[in-house]
Amino acid sequence: MELNCKHVWAQISDYIDDSVTPELREDIERHLEHCEICSAILDSTRNILVLTADDRTFELPGGFSKRLHERLERELAAN
Amino acid sequence: MQASAEARAASEREAGLIAQILAGRKELFHELIQPYERMVYMTEFSIVRNDTDAEDCAQDAVVNAYRHLGKFRGEAKFSTWLATIAVNEGRQHLRRLKRAKEDSLDEPIEGEEQEFTPAPLTDWREIPLEALERKELREALRSAVAELPGIYRQIFTLRDLDELNVAEAAAALGINENMVKVRLHRARMMLQKRLAPYLKNTAPARKSFWRRMPWS
Repeated sequence: MELNCKHVWAQISDYIDDSVTPELREDIERHLEHCEICSAILDSTRNILVLTADDRTFELPGGFSKRLHERLERELAAN
Repeated sequence: MQASAEARAASEREAGLIAQILAGRKELFHELIQPYERMVYMTEFSIVRNDTDAEDCAQDAVVNAYRHLGKFRGEAKFSTWLATIAVNEGRQHLRRLKRAKEDSLDEPIEGEEQEFTPAPLTDWREIPLEALERKELREALRSAVAELPGIYRQIFTLRDLDELNVAEAAAALGINENMVKVRLHRARMMLQKRLAPYLKNTAPARKSFWRRMPWS
């Protein structure tokens, strides 16, 4: 099936998560081959996810783990 | 599949730990919880939205998980069970705040959003891998996530930061899987739109390019 850009935009998230049917995946990929706009949207969305998974982006507060295990220590001693 | 074999081994190891803790070796709970500390904290932060409360809620959630470990039956994955406890802890905290401050809403988030102050624009010709190394891009992403409406911020955190799968995120939030997908799509597209100026790697074909986005 020939997809237009709007169809592709609506599927970008499922496409990234690999939860589209093989047929739809093929249609999307055929569209991406010639559409710079959709390719750029896909790439930038993927980049956001790569960046989100990078531990430096969302960091735990300093000493978080130590304080958590100290609290647990007290809980384990009491219960 | 190596990945799923590893996952199976990890979950068997976890089941073993849980059995030992319940049999009295309670100090092993430290080891059980260690891989999930980050997930619990990030989940709380997505709900309560500040470091101090997120840390308090994370500690409470972990202590609750310890106290109720006997109720964990292993039908769900331990991570899903723990994420559910974390979500409930954060939501309870918001409800306590609501009672303490009668004019605040269940979701105090929308309408109270701070003005978005974009970090300095990076050159759009920059290649993505270099761009991803930039500190200000990470800051821009943190701001953009912080300013998502609550339901979108929470689903984005569970799926893309905590890396729960669709079924696990649905269980933790008490919504159906389709809702997870719809909200996640929306969240990602809102972030894409907000961060597009930092992430573009090709020149727009036309000036109206970014105005044509369906979520504009």
